[in-house]
Amino acid sequence: MIDFFLGHYSYWLTTLLLCIGLYGILFKRHLLKKMIGLSILQTSIIIFYVSIASKGGDATVPVKAAHLPVDNPDLYINPLPHTLMLTAIVVGVATLGVAFSLLMAIWNRYQTLDEQELLDKTQND
Amino acid sequence: MIESHLPVYIPFTFLAFSLVIPLLAIWKDDWSQPVATAGAGGAALLSLYGVLTHAGSEPLRYYFGGWPPPVGIEFVYDGLSAFMLAVVNIVTFLVLIHSRKIRLAEFASKQMAFYSVVMLMMLGFNGMILTGDLFNMFVFLEIASLSGYALIAIGGKPAPVAAFRYLIIGTVGGSLYLLGVGFLYNVTGTLNMKDVADMLPLIAAERSLVTALILMAVGIGIKSALFPMHGWLPDSYTHASSTSSALIAPIGTKVAAYVLIRILLFTFGLEQINAVVPLTTILGLLACAGILYGSIMAIAQFELKRMLAYSSVAQIGYIILGFSLGSVLGLIGALLHVLNHAVMKACLFMVAANLRLQEGHSDIRRMDDSYRLKYPGTMAAFTLAALSMIGLPPLAGFFSKWYLALAVIEKSNWLFLVVLLVSSLLNAVYFFRILEKVYLKNPKIQETGAPPITPRQEPPASMLWPTLILGVMLLALGLGNVPIVNFLEGAAP
Amino acid sequence: MIESFTPLYAVICSLAAVPLIVLSSRRPNLREFWTILAALVKFGIVLSLLPHAAAGTTVTAKLFEIAPGVPLLLKADPLGVYFALIASGLWIFTSFYSIGYMRGAGEKKQTRYFAYFAICLSATMGIAFAGNLLTFVLFYEMLTLATYPLVVHKETQKAIDAGRQYLVYTLTAGVLLVAATGLTYIFTGTMDFKAGGIFRGTSLAPAVMISIFLLFLGGVAVKAGIMPVHSWLPTAMAAPTPVSALLHAVAVVKSGVFGVVRVVGFVIGPEAMSEFGLNDILFALAGFTIIMASLLAFRQENLKRRLAYSTVAHLSYIVLGASLITPLGMTGGIMHIAAHATMKITLFFCAGAIYVNLHREDIAELNGIAKVMPWTMGAFTIGAIGLAGIPPINGFLSKWFLAVGALEGGMILPVAILVLSGLLNIGYFFPIIRNAYFNEGEHLEGHTEASPFMVAPIVITAALSVLFGIFPNLFFGLFDLAGAIAAGLFAIK
Repeated sequence: MIDFFLGHYSYWLTTLLLCIGLYGILFKRHLLKKMIGLSILQTSIIIFYVSIASKGGDATVPVKAAHLPVDNPDLYINPLPHTLMLTAIVVGVATLGVAFSLLMAIWNRYQTLDEQELLDKTQND
Repeated sequence: MIESHLPVYIPFTFLAFSLVIPLLAIWKDDWSQPVATAGAGGAALLSLYGVLTHAGSEPLRYYFGGWPPPVGIEFVYDGLSAFMLAVVNIVTFLVLIHSRKIRLAEFASKQMAFYSVVMLMMLGFNGMILTGDLFNMFVFLEIASLSGYALIAIGGKPAPVAAFRYLIIGTVGGSLYLLGVGFLYNVTGTLNMKDVADMLPLIAAERSLVTALILMAVGIGIKSALFPMHGWLPDSYTHASSTSSALIAPIGTKVAAYVLIRILLFTFGLEQINAVVPLTTILGLLACAGILYGSIMAIAQFELKRMLAYSSVAQIGYIILGFSLGSVLGLIGALLHVLNHAVMKACLFMVAANLRLQEGHSDIRRMDDSYRLKYPGTMAAFTLAALSMIGLPPLAGFFSKWYLALAVIEKSNWLFLVVLLVSSLLNAVYFFRILEKVYLKNPKIQETGAPPITPRQEPPASMLWPTLILGVMLLALGLGNVPIVNFLEGAAP
Repeated sequence: MIESFTPLYAVICSLAAVPLIVLSSRRPNLREFWTILAALVKFGIVLSLLPHAAAGTTVTAKLFEIAPGVPLLLKADPLGVYFALIASGLWIFTSFYSIGYMRGAGEKKQTRYFAYFAICLSATMGIAFAGNLLTFVLFYEMLTLATYPLVVHKETQKAIDAGRQYLVYTLTAGVLLVAATGLTYIFTGTMDFKAGGIFRGTSLAPAVMISIFLLFLGGVAVKAGIMPVHSWLPTAMAAPTPVSALLHAVAVVKSGVFGVVRVVGFVIGPEAMSEFGLNDILFALAGFTIIMASLLAFRQENLKRRLAYSTVAHLSYIVLGASLITPLGMTGGIMHIAAHATMKITLFFCAGAIYVNLHREDIAELNGIAKVMPWTMGAFTIGAIGLAGIPPINGFLSKWFLAVGALEGGMILPVAILVLSGLLNIGYFFPIIRNAYFNEGEHLEGHTEASPFMVAPIVITAALSVLFGIFPNLFFGLFDLAGAIAAGLFAIK
């Protein structure tokens, strides 16, 4: 049982972060806090990918070095998920950028970033 | 030369034009729309050429940088992607022609941004259709989505709020998809769709597959407005500019449905899925719920664009119902409906745009029979599209519903058959309501002497002609559906 | 079997007239000329098919495919030619009558009226000549759509409500028909009409056969005015009388019972009908309708509504004939298609003439009009007597064969129903005739017979009823044709 938790701790962390992110998105009224929740959600996924790239044991960063032979893949962590996550981070940043410009537009038009107030104000539009 | 590079020319036309437009706009803002339309036209032509020359041949696999999969990323140009590209690009072309006059009314100061972002969004959609790599799909998905959020924000006053809501929901969807891909990669070690498909029988017992499948399905399901994840759709369509609605409604959700088809049918294979998770049944039931919910909610709407948005939720249900059956007939019905619905909905949103431009509103309660005299062409197109949506022969809508009905009967799925038929009648309710208002004189209005001569006030030609062309296309697609069906039969896995 | 495009010409010749009618809307005489010309041409074309039908050969026009393996098929078989002959022949009279009526009543939107009338007749020809179920459905729905503008022609609240009810009933029926067609295709692999039935010799579970039959019945019962889905018929009397006359006494409702005959004889087949007891279901519905409708006719104060309920009852004579599953019974039913058409159209024409001439609609107002409109009332009397089944009018002949057909099958109940219905007919027609001839009229000074445009068709159709009653094979050999059709359904070994 303990083994089950400890052995998969990276996945549990991912799940925890995901839930925190979802909580933020669903239950926070301030739009900026929703954004933070979204960001946390995206981060959890990034951590998931990074965690599956590791191989345990002696595996390390794939850099050509004198004491690390090139013919043993067990000595290098999988670089592919890391590269994928670079892309995902960029996507996340772009999303944040778009979201913030939207928030600015909303602020300029409605002077509030509270979801409930916005719902009331936009009812009439 | 063109042949072998076709899969690349089509999406990258859009990329090129999206970069060209801001440069040109520094010089002359007004040129954004013609340039964008030209770009879309070029892509549409290439797609059409591709469909006509491709039919029946082997899928064309384009390896980027010469790296073969699973090391490199590939674009797959087979019957299904050729078909989708043609549908998406041709409809876009017509919608962009239509946007010529709207742009001055709805977003005159932001033309450059609008058209550039439209080009990016089309790049995203085209990429989604073509790619054969799971992560690459995510990238293009996000490109399309982000552009979509921006487009929706260019609209009325509440548009940014609707766009923000869409952003949150859409990004969650994309993230869930990404997580699903992560699980899949963990088990298979590859990101290439075909590779995964080949490998799946060997690792069928892995539980991660189930997780991956569900996460990916839910993620894409959010994007395609599958019930109950459709909540972002009505608000987004209502407040956005008419052109954005006409682009995202018929095309965006369809491309997402196409992605579902690729993942579920081509990569995973429905029989394998059903052995583990009764996904077919779940998807089918959700689709039915969406069909009924969308149709009923549409009846309750009094604003035309919102009504069309809920109607779209219902129509997506048809498509998902179709391919979730797993039979060739079902897939044909679903894909034919993708084509038909893209044309119908684009036509309907164009009609709404025409009315908004000329009348200043698209409120159904305020429509009256003067429309018949003022907008004969627009209302004729509306009638054609409405009758097609209801499913009356010989228009296109009848035939896609016919194949769906046959597929459902073939699987002895009587609940689905009833839902299919009942929804046709529900569609009739909310469309005939408008037809009645427009074509029949309201008896409550007393006639005092001769009615005033109402002159024709049709919208300008650049708006009227695309609407009419799409309307008439429905008749042609209906009567000429056999060649299309034969083509689609070859596209099935 | 002969291959020729003649059936196609019959269908499209009135469609071709529609643009001409619309373009001549400013010149009524020219517009009416097109209608008459189209009617004459159509009748001529159908007449040219008669010799083939009499010889038992079928003239086939196979057009392009509208679904893989399913062509748009127009087959002029004996039954189709029979129905087409009656419909197109009576259209000639209705066109002349319409001229008198529409001008006399000063109706608006005459162009729309004549144009949609032409489309309706095209659809009726299409239904008559449909060679497979999909073609049948196509033209069936086309008829629904084309008749809607005619039902709501007056655009009063009553008319619009009647139109709505009409749509609800007919669109639902259409949906059921599509379901039935789909089931047939999946279970038998074909949709072509076959004398003796597509389902003949197939071994399907009773539940399946009964469901398919009920769906087909649901599809055609609405137009055939079978209770309890008949109520659109009296409500549709809100339409102008020529519309009621042709469409609701001849084209629409006869398409419905024609559909019943097609389903009984050419889809399910007499063998399968009796094997699964389907004919009992049909007989029960028909018998119930005949008696109930006749009784309800008594309660109607409005002349047209009384005629409407009479129509409902007489349509079920034909359904009764089909349900007897004997050659003579089927002959009687088919003969009644023609007999009822000529008689009922006479009655409706009279009702319209009375309305236009004297502005009277209720039976109580008809006192003494026989003195003022002798020809009209004379024809009315002939029609009424014929419907009651009194010789020497053609109504007697068809009733005779129905009765003999029942006895041939060893059933007494149908005969009792027919006799009872005849008495009821006399019962509800008598007050009209009595009022017209034997009561003192009021406010009749200065009125004379109605316009010759109306009276001439009335007299001719009444005379035809008599002539066909005495010489059933006069001109067209209709009696022999009916017998041959019926025999053809039972002769397959």
